[in-house]
Amino acid sequence: MEKWRATSNLRRSLKSILNRQLSSVSEFRYLNEKRSCQSSFNLIRDCKSLGQVNAIQHRCFSSASTLVQRNPSFSTLNSDDISYFKGLLGEKSVIQDEDRLETVNTDWMHKYKGSSKLLLLPRSTEEVAQILRYCNSRCLAVVPQGGNTGLVGGSVPVFDEVIVNISSMNNIISFDKVSGILVCEAGCILENLISFLDNQGFIMPLDLGAKGSCQIGGNVSTNAGGLRLVRYGSLHGNVLGLEAVLANGDVLDMLGTLRKDNTGYDLKHLFIGSEGSLGIVTKVSILTPPKLSSVNIAFLACNDYSSCQKLLMEAKRKLGEILSAFEFLDTEAMNLVLHQLDGVRNPLPASMHNFYILIETTGSDESYNREKLEAFLLSSMEGGLISDGVLAQDINQASSFWRIREGVPEALMKAGAVYKYDLSLPVEKMYDLVDDMRIRLGDLAKVVGYGHLGDGNLHLNVSAPEYDDKILEQIEPYVYEWTSKHRGSISAEHGLGLMKANKIYYSKSAETVQTMASIKKLLDPNGILNPYKVLPHLLNS
Amino acid sequence: MSMNPFCEIALEEALKIKESGLAKEVVAVTMGPSNCVDTLRTGLAMGADRGIHVEAARDLVPLSVAKVLKKLVEVENPGLLILGKQAIDDDCNQTGQMIAALLGWPQGTFASKVVLDKEKQVATVDREVDGGLETLCLDLPAVITTDLRLNQPRYATLPNIMKAKSKPIKRYTPEELNVEIKSDLEVVQVTEPPKRKAGVILSSVDELIDKLKNEAHVI
Repeated sequence: MEKWRATSNLRRSLKSILNRQLSSVSEFRYLNEKRSCQSSFNLIRDCKSLGQVNAIQHRCFSSASTLVQRNPSFSTLNSDDISYFKGLLGEKSVIQDEDRLETVNTDWMHKYKGSSKLLLLPRSTEEVAQILRYCNSRCLAVVPQGGNTGLVGGSVPVFDEVIVNISSMNNIISFDKVSGILVCEAGCILENLISFLDNQGFIMPLDLGAKGSCQIGGNVSTNAGGLRLVRYGSLHGNVLGLEAVLANGDVLDMLGTLRKDNTGYDLKHLFIGSEGSLGIVTKVSILTPPKLSSVNIAFLACNDYSSCQKLLMEAKRKLGEILSAFEFLDTEAMNLVLHQLDGVRNPLPASMHNFYILIETTGSDESYNREKLEAFLLSSMEGGLISDGVLAQDINQASSFWRIREGVPEALMKAGAVYKYDLSLPVEKMYDLVDDMRIRLGDLAKVVGYGHLGDGNLHLNVSAPEYDDKILEQIEPYVYEWTSKHRGSISAEHGLGLMKANKIYYSKSAETVQTMASIKKLLDPNGILNPYKVLPHLLNS
Repeated sequence: MSMNPFCEIALEEALKIKESGLAKEVVAVTMGPSNCVDTLRTGLAMGADRGIHVEAARDLVPLSVAKVLKKLVEVENPGLLILGKQAIDDDCNQTGQMIAALLGWPQGTFASKVVLDKEKQVATVDREVDGGLETLCLDLPAVITTDLRLNQPRYATLPNIMKAKSKPIKRYTPEELNVEIKSDLEVVQVTEPPKRKAGVILSSVDELIDKLKNEAHVI
């Protein structure tokens, strides 16, 4: 508890510094700063350089936590740089065309937009190394980019950083059928890897809605969770090795394919989840589980949240080793999906239930597993835990159930403006937050709750026809404070990116963050890799 | 193993007819080895009242199926026979038509809409044909085969799966029904269509002309 108090003291003292410095700034910015003071640690680092400020272009996000200033120590691109890159990569891999830049400058949610003037498409680790070596020497900021499906603005430039997109590095290097170890380049699209492995009789240990576009390098860099974490664990366990390029162009070859290797510090874990701020991942070696023949999926309805929790406990106990996914959505989420997406229908007839649970089991014996699942479902029904449910009879029904759960983010996008929060909370408390937010927001916006109940991960989304600061005020910092109070994580799987760069203190202590900053300084002294993100701006000096 | 999608649609239509009060009972029939009973149970879970399983080896041809169905019709005396238009394993699209001929009943195939009139004992069927939609009026009893757009089959919910466990399934063998299962057809060969070759991206019009002339020989 003391640590949290220490950080709020830090906040208060920052606020007073901020107020003093701002007295010399124009009125407009002062008003904005005042509003954002409660929730952000953003400081205008160097007041003297305010004259040359390049304020960030945020289409719809308001002032809160977005008053980042372009770091003046980064150089600006000049024609010599362009010629160098063209010589290094060839004309086709150096993109300055405005239309293409428009796409790579904008994130999937159309919430963050940078103004990069250069997109580079290296095709090998050597090219990535040369790019970084050059950028480091020139002090040019770089944004590593993969599928650009991140949800916290971590994959697009904030200002005019050079975008290094790994999509061209999409080869599968090797696959060992006995051990199931796959070695591939970081630009391989997850869905392609899944199809490749399918032919070999294996599956990827992670699966997410964005699989058609996201790349394994990005998944590893963000320690993506996904739908099967409850069964196969996180990437920290499944990634056996990786190859990364540091800011100064050094290539760290940690591409082991060994299950056990206790020789020295296991540095790859630093890169897994560091969101491209410590190095660019260029190759990944990952352990893939065998594809088991019997997959069954049930779509269930519960009357209240406590039944959902009990169902989870029962599922873990009765289904045990065959449980491979446990997801939930509330009525709001279901309504949204039915409304916004085509070809989707509620598997459960007529009456709207309060909560929907999706359970998937994967095992090797079809009849045995199906019986086990059926027995579990019937006993849950008799015990009153579920009010209704459907067991998928074939692959079409199974994919339609997944379509509902995986379609929620898409439906939210179509519904207009969405404020997305990804929180890890104790399972008993999880839905209390959703209820609280509903009371706070009233008619202002719709609150939707869904997520990986099996992992204690809530995706709290607030949907409104348009972005509005009034809504944002009610959400932040209340959501973060609530999460912090219950010792939860303010970013379960999405990462910090730009959106939560200054929010880390809600979930990590000051000393921990300080150590992180030291590591960043060690591996990237000039701070060129994905600047303004992940760690608080205050520490990047 | 799963239910043939067109048969699922047929079963859904039968259930709808029963739910609208125009039928007393829905009987689901399957033919094949013993694990076909699972599919039958799904049908019972969807809402069929009784099941009939005719035990036979795999690789039944449509004519054999039609002959067995004819015998079952003589036993059960249904007012309406609804089948899927074709099975997705052999894509024959023959059973419905054959059984109608064997029984001498009218047939409405590729139905995309079915309306029954109990009083006049007729069924009005909209058929999907190449030129559009054709509407037929059939005297009952009749044979209807269903097409994709007729309805969307319901899911088998858990309470119904529970109830299905106690619904009766009667077993027959083709010998009991006096039907000889033989095939007049022999599958000689099954081949996949040739794999599509990858396309080639060209960098100029000249190269295109060159390829069209010298490789494809079309100009």
